[in-house]
Amino acid sequence: METTAAGYRGVWARLRRNPMGMIGLIMLVVAIGVAVLAPWISPYDPHAVTRVNILDIYQPPSPAHWFGTDDAGRDVLSNFLYGARVSLTVGFFASFISVTVGGLIGISAGFLGGRTEGILMRFTDIMLVIPDLPLAVVIVALTKPSLTNIILVIGLLGWTGTARLVRAQTLSVKQRKFVVRARAIGAGNSYIIRRHIFPLVLPLIVVNTVLVISLAILNESTLSFLGLGDPATLSWGQMLNYAFTRGAMSAGAWWALVVPGFGIVWVVLSCTLLGQGLEQALNPRLTTHHLAADRTLKNLPRWELEPTPVEQAGNV
Amino acid sequence: MNEPLLRVRGLRKLFPVGRRALGRAPDQFVHAVDDVGLDLAAGEALALVGESGCGKSTLALTLLGLETATAGSIHFEGNDLAAAPASVWKAARRHIQMIFQDPYESLNPLMTVGEIVAEPLHVHKLAPNAAERRRRSVAALEDAGLKPAEHFLARFPHELSGGQRQRVAIAAALVLEPRLLVADEPVSMLDVSIRAEILNLLADLKMRRSIAVLFITHDLGTVSAVADRIAVMYLGRIVEMGTVQEVMTAPRHPYTQALLSVVPAPNPRLRRQHIILQGETPDPVKLPTGCRFHPRCPVAVERCRTIDPPLQTIGGTQAAACIRLDEA
Amino acid sequence: MMTEVTPHAHKQPLLEVKRLSVDYVDPSQPPAQALRDLTFTLHRGEALGVVGESGCGKSTLMLALMRLLPAAGRIVGGSVRLDDIELLALSEREMAALRWKRLAMIFQGAMNALNPVRTVGDQIAEAIRLHEDASDARALDRRVGELLDLVGIAASRRNQYPFQYSGGMRQRAMIAMALACSPDIVIADEPTTALDVMIQAQILQLLADLRRQLNLSILLVTHDLGIVAELCDRVLVMYGGALAEYAGVDAIYNAPAHPYTQELLKAFPDPTRPLQRLASIPGSPPRLNDLPPGCRFAPRCPQVFDRCHLTPPRVYAITSDHLASCFLVETQQTRGARHE
Repeated sequence: METTAAGYRGVWARLRRNPMGMIGLIMLVVAIGVAVLAPWISPYDPHAVTRVNILDIYQPPSPAHWFGTDDAGRDVLSNFLYGARVSLTVGFFASFISVTVGGLIGISAGFLGGRTEGILMRFTDIMLVIPDLPLAVVIVALTKPSLTNIILVIGLLGWTGTARLVRAQTLSVKQRKFVVRARAIGAGNSYIIRRHIFPLVLPLIVVNTVLVISLAILNESTLSFLGLGDPATLSWGQMLNYAFTRGAMSAGAWWALVVPGFGIVWVVLSCTLLGQGLEQALNPRLTTHHLAADRTLKNLPRWELEPTPVEQAGNV
Repeated sequence: MNEPLLRVRGLRKLFPVGRRALGRAPDQFVHAVDDVGLDLAAGEALALVGESGCGKSTLALTLLGLETATAGSIHFEGNDLAAAPASVWKAARRHIQMIFQDPYESLNPLMTVGEIVAEPLHVHKLAPNAAERRRRSVAALEDAGLKPAEHFLARFPHELSGGQRQRVAIAAALVLEPRLLVADEPVSMLDVSIRAEILNLLADLKMRRSIAVLFITHDLGTVSAVADRIAVMYLGRIVEMGTVQEVMTAPRHPYTQALLSVVPAPNPRLRRQHIILQGETPDPVKLPTGCRFHPRCPVAVERCRTIDPPLQTIGGTQAAACIRLDEA
Repeated sequence: MMTEVTPHAHKQPLLEVKRLSVDYVDPSQPPAQALRDLTFTLHRGEALGVVGESGCGKSTLMLALMRLLPAAGRIVGGSVRLDDIELLALSEREMAALRWKRLAMIFQGAMNALNPVRTVGDQIAEAIRLHEDASDARALDRRVGELLDLVGIAASRRNQYPFQYSGGMRQRAMIAMALACSPDIVIADEPTTALDVMIQAQILQLLADLRRQLNLSILLVTHDLGIVAELCDRVLVMYGGALAEYAGVDAIYNAPAHPYTQELLKAFPDPTRPLQRLASIPGSPPRLNDLPPGCRFAPRCPQVFDRCHLTPPRVYAITSDHLASCFLVETQQTRGARHE
């Protein structure tokens, strides 16, 4: 990915003109809003101790329970709203771990090269070929299935893709002449990484983070669905798990499955759309000529409009 | 004679080629720079001329410490840098600065002109505060011909023309008040109409500030605007050296003669007989025996296959590496 | 007194370009006038150098002649006649049939213009196959061998890939590709940029030889006045999308009439006079979507006077085959007329 010469200015302006990216952003903001406001907008408190009446189980949607009730007679809508908190928490924290680890390994490997790169990338390859999910299942099953453990497992298994992407980008930035120039000035490794490599790798990391969030949420849902979620919390994955294992299918209670499923799709879709939008906004050359305001000019040859009097080899 | 600012002797830079067998030293090398010696005095400009692959850029990178010399010495202000520890290098780098070929690539697109020019001060912790950094950046930008400098500080490289970008690169080199400026093809990416500005700027800096300039180029045409002396390189060796006047008007080495004959003259009335060497520079891994130039030399004789001629003084300050010098 | 004079008026030119204008349109901005009223001719066997800085419209000219302008480019006026065919009136199909057979192009940057995963011979064969009947595989193969031979590449290397070629050989392969269908006109876009001087000399000699051998017309588009002086008979100097000066090569270099030509020559190093100081042209070329109202070169011209800022000069004839777009020519001519 080529980083724009215009820097980060104008990224927001470009994102705003990208309808898909904006839809993704709005969807994600709505999801975050729901998670934050859950205690105030939920009609019921899912943690409240209630006496369960047999008639309350798997009640179909009604004015009292817009999306019906679950296997324990709790309000599905309230569970859903609170579940957003768990899913997003896992998504954000786990992806933070993944991206930090992957970014550090990727930049170190790409920048330092040589034996360090060999060792780091072999390690990455090994982590990449081990199937994440079975390993996660084993680890979570062996440890106590708490929210923290789930975050750690997802985060520490999900960095390989980031590491490889970041390494590739670091390698290409490292080749650029301004990095050689910084070295010629006398700058050391940490300075060059901070000042010259990282800012140019950052856009890729940002885009990658958004996509890793959606992966982490999917992984959490999968683990919870398999019954490995934190029993003290109620995530969308767990809602699915309860519904699936406690007879929602045979009771015809489709709402107990559809509602949490919708939540997962909503968040994953929002991240994917936002990620794509950000990618285009951070790299306008994918879509338009940098001097042209309008997309119809994407084929405009640079050498005719650019006022800079420079003859460059290979500009056709 | 005084010790020159830069004195290079027997400099060699070999790059191993091919995969190294376990535990065994590589047996094949690219002879990028092979036994090169040169002197450069303060306020003097030496043009290093040759085709791509002749080793001129590797020589520059070695002088800057960006490549480590395989053998030989690089005396800068009396200290041998080739054998020096990193700390000496860092101190020396303040005084040896480089300008790169491509002003589009050599400036970080995310930094403003002000940040780019102040960066060396930052790296070498030379300016105590922001005001001082700014003052010195402004001075460097004006020295590089960007006036008024304040107008440029907050701008990004993509907002500037190629010539202006190259001036920013020059300002960033000047801000450390270097004694030696290595300029690697500084105008080859620029339009003809602004080449002269940059070349004249380098010539002025040399003259007014007594900065030594090592001007690396493949284009003999642009040499005379900046340089006092010329060194012509072929396959890692200097084959001819002398003042601009000597080399440009009376080249003695057949390679220099050929190189000079093919520089297009900007006038149809000056169309000259070209000595066009056929083929291309040989593989620097499998060097020809004897004189490295003999397979392409138009005047090669049998002896050239076996004798590797040293650089010998012809008279005045001119020297060339050819066994047939006496015959000519 | 001034009419547009065609040089070599006695001969029918091979290519005749009249008042060709091209805009780049952008809905949010005024159109960029990339080319304005450009007039010139190219005769059979003639080499014409098109010279100018980047942004002077020379690339647009080339693409307009080939009818390969990008989507935003619009030919807004003029005519391009090849023999008796009006190229601008042809349908895209007709133009495609004619491209390469009559009018071929050597692209700049041979590394990017060659497909890295196909052999050089195969890519040359493709150019033939697209335009001619190539049912006879043996004849096609023989033709590829001949073409490589013509440009000085051993025919045995046809099965190699571009990365196995050196920079000079890739450029030769590009020339072979341009010659694949025996065109009348070859447009060479900076054919030697990024090549070393010795390789540049080899390529220029090759072009000169081919021109003689095949009676080719060459349109050499470049910013390098040196290679134009080496190779061309006539020179078209462009500035800001318009003709600045158009004359025989000797007149351009030894009696330039347009201040831009004069300044450009001063900026060019002359290896036979090593100790001269080079001059530069301050300022930069105009933005094509924000042109000055008068002469396009006026803001940078050392000989500018009031009138230059007000109206653009037309093209004046100094002699029948020396044209320049500058008021100074008119001034000199009226002064000359008064003296008579």
